[in-house]
Amino acid sequence: MNRVVITGQGTINALGKNVAETLDAMSNGVCGIGPLEFDNVDRLNIKIGGQIKGYTAQDHFTRSEIALYDPFTQFAVIAAQEAIAQSGLGFSDALAENTGVVLGTAGGGLQTQDQNFRSVYEDGKNRVHPFVVPRLMNNAAASHISMIHGLRGPSFTVASACASSNHAMGQAYHMIRSGMAQIMVTGGSESMLCFGGIKAWEALRVMSPDGCRPFCATRNGMVQGEGAAVFVFEDYQHAKARGADILAEVIGFAMTSDASDIVMPSQTGAARAIRLALKDAGVNAGDVGYINAHGTATTANDKTECAAIRDVLGGAADAVMISSTKAMHGHLMGGTGAVELLAVIAAVKDAMIAPTVNHTRPDPACDLDVVPNTARHSQVKVAISNAFAFGGLNAVLVLKSP
Amino acid sequence: MSVADKIIAIIAQQAFLEPADINPEATLEALGIDSMALVECIFAIEETFDVQVPFNANDPEASQFDISTIQTIIHAVEGLIAAQKA
Repeated sequence: MNRVVITGQGTINALGKNVAETLDAMSNGVCGIGPLEFDNVDRLNIKIGGQIKGYTAQDHFTRSEIALYDPFTQFAVIAAQEAIAQSGLGFSDALAENTGVVLGTAGGGLQTQDQNFRSVYEDGKNRVHPFVVPRLMNNAAASHISMIHGLRGPSFTVASACASSNHAMGQAYHMIRSGMAQIMVTGGSESMLCFGGIKAWEALRVMSPDGCRPFCATRNGMVQGEGAAVFVFEDYQHAKARGADILAEVIGFAMTSDASDIVMPSQTGAARAIRLALKDAGVNAGDVGYINAHGTATTANDKTECAAIRDVLGGAADAVMISSTKAMHGHLMGGTGAVELLAVIAAVKDAMIAPTVNHTRPDPACDLDVVPNTARHSQVKVAISNAFAFGGLNAVLVLKSP
Repeated sequence: MSVADKIIAIIAQQAFLEPADINPEATLEALGIDSMALVECIFAIEETFDVQVPFNANDPEASQFDISTIQTIIHAVEGLIAAQKA
């Protein structure tokens, strides 16, 4: 089996318009959540989110590109550009045929749907733009990245709600490991911050009106974010042969299904995914130094996740650092695991442990070291990233320092 | 139909019961109303009475909306209707 390493990373999210800005914000415990700005926000009960402020599509794309790129595609294309540039890869014909793109998203071109439904239903128009379909389809981001960079290997999109990115990156990992591809451009993207996107979520009554406070006794729900993160996963031998700068190694992945409830998390399902991922990586519970939690700041998720971690790690749970960076960038749904992988890479590569901000009062049901409010400098060899989706689909990645 | 009758009808539908079988003193749990059904009940109440129910599924006890029993729900909704008319 081939070893898989990460040789490039890129992002745009509420914390920054690239990786450097994002990691700087994470290491300073910056909260990127604030008042939402879009049409009809006054008709929402939930008016906050991790929105990318000061972003203008015209600064990045031509008019004809914008006609084809929903914001979720724009974010993915921007992140992929940064990741591929960092990797230093140039794609020869042979390499391009062995390079694919697999991305996660939950809502795909939801903003395009929202705008065009409004146009035909509310404004009574009988005609929509001819590119509505290619703009809204879930695979648009992966396809545009493949076209821009000429990548002709296996490419597709994974949609498993909040686990989409981890599932996507798990597929990329397996494809290189098995030899199906040499390089995979992978991660996820989401752009649900529009009237319809928030209106649907607030109806479920799990959103917080005032802030994202994972593991805190005062937590009262999740807060949405938007953006993308994209990585270059590469066959280790290929990366080594070309002298690439290796950011981290992906050493394990596992996915499980709770098969129990469409929205409630399951401790056993989550624990099984973590346990299987560690087994796949060939590491022991005591080897794990950092866990990037799913940590949505709902009552149910955070206590269930802490119990699952304690269940798998046993006594080692008291020594592990665990944080939810969602308190800073919001919950990016299908893109969240990708943005959170930036924190996992920073942990194993730079010894920067991103904090759980907005933490004011410990919750006895979350009695782990949640790295409250302030980042830490601590050497970590192995770190894991949890994603537990609505629908009971769990996906856990394991990374190791290069 | 009174406010109470309408609320009982909404809850009965979610509980797969006849309205006559709903005891106002019953808890939602006793009627088999889980968290998903509860959110649907609240949606139906909001639509029926055109009110805004202050309820967060993360912390039902902290919500200013008492869901202990059917009677407390009726009382709370009557309060919301009165507040809206005022």
